[in-house]
Amino acid sequence: MEKVPSFFDTPSPPRYSGVLSWLITTDHKRIGLMYLWVILFWFVVAMFLGGVMRLELMFRGETLMGPSSYNALFTLHGVIMIFLFIIPGIPAIFGNFFLPIQIGTDDVFFPRLNLFSWYLYVAGGGLALATLFIGGPPDTGWTFYVPFSVGTHSNVSTAVFAAFVLGMASMMTGINFVTTIHRMRHEKMGWFQMPLFTWSLYATSWVQILATPVVSITLLLIIAERFLGVGLFDPAKGGDPILYQHLFWMYSHPAVYIMILPGMGVISEILPVFARKPIFGYKAIVFSSLAIAIAGSLVWAHHMYTSGMSDTAVFVFSLLTFIVAIPSAIKVFSWVATLYKGSVLMTPPLFFALCFIYLFSVGGLTGLVLGAAGTDIHVHDTHFVVAHFHFTMFGGTGFAFFAALHHWWPKMFGRMYHFKRAYWAAVFITFGFLLHYVPMFVIGLQGMPRRYYDYVAEFETGNFVAGFGAAFMLVGLVLMLGNLMVSLRQGAVAASDPWGGTTLEWTIPSPPPLHNFIKEPEVLDYPYDFTQVLKTRRDDVEVS
Amino acid sequence: MHIASYGRLLGILVALVALTGVTVAASYVDLGAFNVWVALAIASTKASLVLIFFMHIGVEGRLVVLSFLGTIFFLSIMIGFTFWDVAFRG
Amino acid sequence: MRRAADHQGTRLGMWLFLYTEIVLFGGLFVLYAVYLSTYSSDFIEGGKSLSRLFGAANTLILLISSFAVAASITAVQKTQKKRSLLCLAVAICCGLLFLMNKYFEWGHKIHADIYPGSETLAYGAPGRNIFFGLYYVMTGLHGLHIVIGMTLLSVALVLTARERVTAENHVLLENVGLYWHLVDLIWIFIFPLFYLVL
Repeated sequence: MEKVPSFFDTPSPPRYSGVLSWLITTDHKRIGLMYLWVILFWFVVAMFLGGVMRLELMFRGETLMGPSSYNALFTLHGVIMIFLFIIPGIPAIFGNFFLPIQIGTDDVFFPRLNLFSWYLYVAGGGLALATLFIGGPPDTGWTFYVPFSVGTHSNVSTAVFAAFVLGMASMMTGINFVTTIHRMRHEKMGWFQMPLFTWSLYATSWVQILATPVVSITLLLIIAERFLGVGLFDPAKGGDPILYQHLFWMYSHPAVYIMILPGMGVISEILPVFARKPIFGYKAIVFSSLAIAIAGSLVWAHHMYTSGMSDTAVFVFSLLTFIVAIPSAIKVFSWVATLYKGSVLMTPPLFFALCFIYLFSVGGLTGLVLGAAGTDIHVHDTHFVVAHFHFTMFGGTGFAFFAALHHWWPKMFGRMYHFKRAYWAAVFITFGFLLHYVPMFVIGLQGMPRRYYDYVAEFETGNFVAGFGAAFMLVGLVLMLGNLMVSLRQGAVAASDPWGGTTLEWTIPSPPPLHNFIKEPEVLDYPYDFTQVLKTRRDDVEVS
Repeated sequence: MHIASYGRLLGILVALVALTGVTVAASYVDLGAFNVWVALAIASTKASLVLIFFMHIGVEGRLVVLSFLGTIFFLSIMIGFTFWDVAFRG
Repeated sequence: MRRAADHQGTRLGMWLFLYTEIVLFGGLFVLYAVYLSTYSSDFIEGGKSLSRLFGAANTLILLISSFAVAASITAVQKTQKKRSLLCLAVAICCGLLFLMNKYFEWGHKIHADIYPGSETLAYGAPGRNIFFGLYYVMTGLHGLHIVIGMTLLSVALVLTARERVTAENHVLLENVGLYWHLVDLIWIFIFPLFYLVL
């Protein structure tokens, strides 16, 4: 392949250079990377907040902080991880960078709106940070439940407004992606020639468009209640606090699919590449993504079994919840079937993807314990729930995010990282993860409630052990991020197709040129057709 | 390019004004529980007129029509499913 | 560049944005539906105390403005610049008139000690407080959208005057129009639900 300047060397718009060439760029790749750095920053911040919480919980009594600091800490950990890391993580970084490339075009449909979303995201993050310094950090938990969120004297309004702004950024990205996929797909690419990562982003974007406004209005109502005292959720004034929970989960349950669907897309992208085998059940995966997006909107009240809503609602929502398990299981079966009899090439991204499948399955299956109303009443608001959603959010989306980082890093930066260190990091993270969260399942079943800085003697062992798990995880995460950073300076130069992938991003140079494609992209009839790769490639990673 | 004639737009405006009259008039007739449904039916008719003739939703093609209906469907789920709770509280 | 000329795509983006607006108000309609079923009699009482005349007048004003915006697009397409500017000006004036009516309506109610957190509401029937709470929140949010819509219409007016909006390229005006029609659509539902509940 002839040498062409990469997008790093050709700013867009061309007349600016240095920092400005990034801050006012409309190039989807540069915006993707800007998201990468800001999101990583927030991830590291929230990771350390989580570490400090774990340290507090390792020993009984007041170890590092009192209850009010602990309340602020878990709220900030939750708000940052959810609104600033998991929700935007995969779509905003990898979606921005790779969606246009995967569908054979040169940018998203609204490039300036794309940049505006980034600024909204940064502004939202800044507001969240500001709560630390003005009026005391919020202590409500990321769910901002009334009546506490209306009555508390901590700075809930700013935190809620931050979440509102971040929601807008997320909606804009969704609007941009749907329009891009509909209007800018390569002429030769039909719907069923689209890579599965793009498909998952398409499903996600629809959820972002239709569900996010619900939380926007809910958060605005909290601000209205705090400043005007309307009383819409205040029983003393005729309001119904449970309605707040309905509205909140109408968004926030679909939002967990905003978090996981792109992760599933990443896994569906990685497995066929390293199994050298067409993905099993392409259409099944596509339709299960859409089914998850739709069915996920019907089950919000399964977060509310103990809230005091009617028994009929508990019954109906519990029943519907079991339906959502079906499309998720279809995906897991398809992934495993893809590996079956494949010619598997082990690499760090595949390693992370395999950990994902395992951890996500555990997360999904424990979700059934919570989805069944009978068992949920026993474990509601205990550490069992905390362990469950960390298995899905961290073990699921988090690991998919790491897998995506390792899969696309050589394409984004044109550098290959150190494999051995990446494996070690993955082992540390996974081992620490299990040591951290498995004890939580146990102490949760025993009845340890979430969101308390202290506990009774029965829970001592579990919490003590979990602390070591957290330490292992931290070491692994630092090693992983360090390894990636070091690769930017010392890594070998990556080939245009180091892994032997078949989707369009592997047909262009690493890092890609400004307009992505130097010559007309060749769209395969089937995006995961490995006949060529198997003929020409040895069974290893190509370094140029 | 799709150009709507002034005459047709004016006709729609007249229809909308007439329907506003109908809905005000209907509000004087007590139909019990159906009051809200009648009001909503008339409002939906007006909304459809605006969507079809002022916003030209049909010209945009299948995608916009379907996704618009999908949005309304989602909205009705939001309202409807909340009543699994509210309507059955003991 | 396909993008530069793809007006249908640009309108698609606007429609998607309108969906977010519909769902934004949708959250409030959820509250309305639930509270209407809980406090039917208070809602009927509350509805009777609102001025139907003002409500109906505002409905007519918004309908006329919607017509004016639709007509301005036709005018631009037929390269009748003056007529299109006139239509846009009429629409903006309608918006202003709507806000003035709203101001008098709200002022009247606030004068009667009916506003969020007022003593009359706080110590009166709970259903009455909820009715007026929703009334202020929903008409307030709608009013905010009117203001945004008027700003957008003004931008479209200026750009039409400067011939940046032309018969060939008027997608901006179309999108502003879509937004304004949506604001009208929402009022079409707010009006009977608040002013005409029996």
